[in-house]
Amino acid sequence: MISTSVPKRLAILLLAVLTVLALFPVWGKLVFAAKFAFLMQKLTGIMILAILAMSLDLLVGMAGLVSLGHAAFFGLGGYMLAMLSPQYEAANLWLVLPAAVATSALAATVVGFLSIRSSGIYFIMVTLAFGQMGFYFFNDSKAAGGSDGAYVHVKPAVEAFGVTLLDLDQKLTFFYVALGAMVAVYAFLKVLLASPFGRVVSAIGVNENRVQGLGFNPRAYKLAAFVIAGGVAGLAGVLATTQYGFVSPASLGWHQSAHVLVMVILGGMGTLFGPVLGAFILELAHFAFESMTDHWLLPMGALIIAIVLLLPKGVAGLLLQWGKDKEDAT
Amino acid sequence: MDIWMALIQMLNGIQYGLLLFLVASGLTLIFGIMGIINLAHGAFYMLGAYLAWWLAGITGSLGAAVLLSLPLAAGIGYAIEVLLVRALYKRDHLDQVLLTYGLILIFNEAQRVFWGNDVHGVAAPAMLDWSVKLTDTLSYPVYRLALSGVCGVLAVAMYLVISKTRFGMWVRAGASNRDMVAALGIDVKLLFGLVFAVGAALAGLAGAISTPISSVAPGMGDNVLILCFVVVVIGGVGSVKGAFLGAMLIGLADTFGKVFVPDFASFTVYGVMAAVLLWKPKGLFS
Repeated sequence: MISTSVPKRLAILLLAVLTVLALFPVWGKLVFAAKFAFLMQKLTGIMILAILAMSLDLLVGMAGLVSLGHAAFFGLGGYMLAMLSPQYEAANLWLVLPAAVATSALAATVVGFLSIRSSGIYFIMVTLAFGQMGFYFFNDSKAAGGSDGAYVHVKPAVEAFGVTLLDLDQKLTFFYVALGAMVAVYAFLKVLLASPFGRVVSAIGVNENRVQGLGFNPRAYKLAAFVIAGGVAGLAGVLATTQYGFVSPASLGWHQSAHVLVMVILGGMGTLFGPVLGAFILELAHFAFESMTDHWLLPMGALIIAIVLLLPKGVAGLLLQWGKDKEDAT
Repeated sequence: MDIWMALIQMLNGIQYGLLLFLVASGLTLIFGIMGIINLAHGAFYMLGAYLAWWLAGITGSLGAAVLLSLPLAAGIGYAIEVLLVRALYKRDHLDQVLLTYGLILIFNEAQRVFWGNDVHGVAAPAMLDWSVKLTDTLSYPVYRLALSGVCGVLAVAMYLVISKTRFGMWVRAGASNRDMVAALGIDVKLLFGLVFAVGAALAGLAGAISTPISSVAPGMGDNVLILCFVVVVIGGVGSVKGAFLGAMLIGLADTFGKVFVPDFASFTVYGVMAAVLLWKPKGLFS
């Protein structure tokens, strides 16, 4: 289930796709003249969701912890940004970002500590319960805007010594911030998984009893993975709230959690790049179907069912097979 | 809160719990016997409710509509098991989650295509459309009592079928050891199909008979689904007895939560679940 390395041929393909994506602001303008601004926003949003999907993959694909409450940390990160931002001034990103990520990680520590006692379907349900508690906390409490959600009127400032480094209000700048964050998170998780810590976490996903037999404490490793995933989800939440200037309780709810889980499984869990592809496929298919018919959920459901029936290991499984075939042939 | 108010809330809680049990028992059996996490289970509840509303409009009788919707829900459940779910028994649980998630999308949209986005209500049958007077100001609708009665009878019937009949024996055996049941020469394919169909029918029935007390609306299956998962997990996956206790617990917690802490009513259900699972990580009966 764990792929330590991506076959060369596939790595080249993925890099090419990434390059095409990075150059979208150049060619997109020519191809989609009228819809360009909308598509920029769409792609930026997808890249942020891809970060969330990768963080969930660390749990689902690596540690074997299927969480159905992961969006809670995403939403919490967003809410922290909204609550820490002054109403009509820009917040300092260097302060609010670490604070929001730390809050998400802290919440993940508590939730993780309580839920990793259970496993399998029980873990799914306990995380769902905690996620829903988070949802109702923000939905029912007046402090953070209740069911109306909370707004960030002025985007956080990215400054050093009084000089503005990045203007997050600029759609183009923010596109590259999201892209940079996505690549950085991928690299971070890749390095993490290659480290001794990551290898233990991956081993837990394969056979927890053996890991314990080798003298490791699986619970400590699972909790650490849960906290890291929660922190990364919080980062994605901050980015999403910055992009839309708005965060709603729905971003913590189980629909959002299930949506991300579908991205991970559909893309191919345990591969890191699979969930990113899953995010793009699901969101772009959503967009395409929606522009064709009011009843876009029908083709969407059919697409998900077709992929699960035809591609047992997700889209990444198919790609990995294709990458390996070539290596075997040569 | 005086004694009559408490009695009314108690009856409401029990009635809600019994209704949840109808849906949750199918869910727990499907997971226990077939190993399938069926996210589409709530969709059958919605299907039952819409079929009842639609058929009641055509036939003019809710009773007839409920009876007609039963075989329809069972048939659709059986067809889905044969056509889609069957291909995934040997696969990871998560593939099944993905499949049934796709089914939710299709069911929800199909509902919009056939029946639109409007919220509907169904009147209780005239025979049951009156109230028992408790005090000068308080009364209790008979339909709710009848509903509890029907659910209670079904729960007892289910208990008898599972503990006394040959089919029940297969079901119990399947829940404790699936492979052994197959090895003993029981037609597992048929058993799985039947369990799925019965589960779908029970969920559909719950949806159908609940139409006079709750509105028929898009997305109604999702809430029920999540609550039923809570019930199943509290009770211990695969245990019908556990599902019954869990359903009662959640029905009462939800009803009294709404009375005592209206602002955090939705919180109470999940709080109860978290508490139970911290005490018994595998549910009450596992």
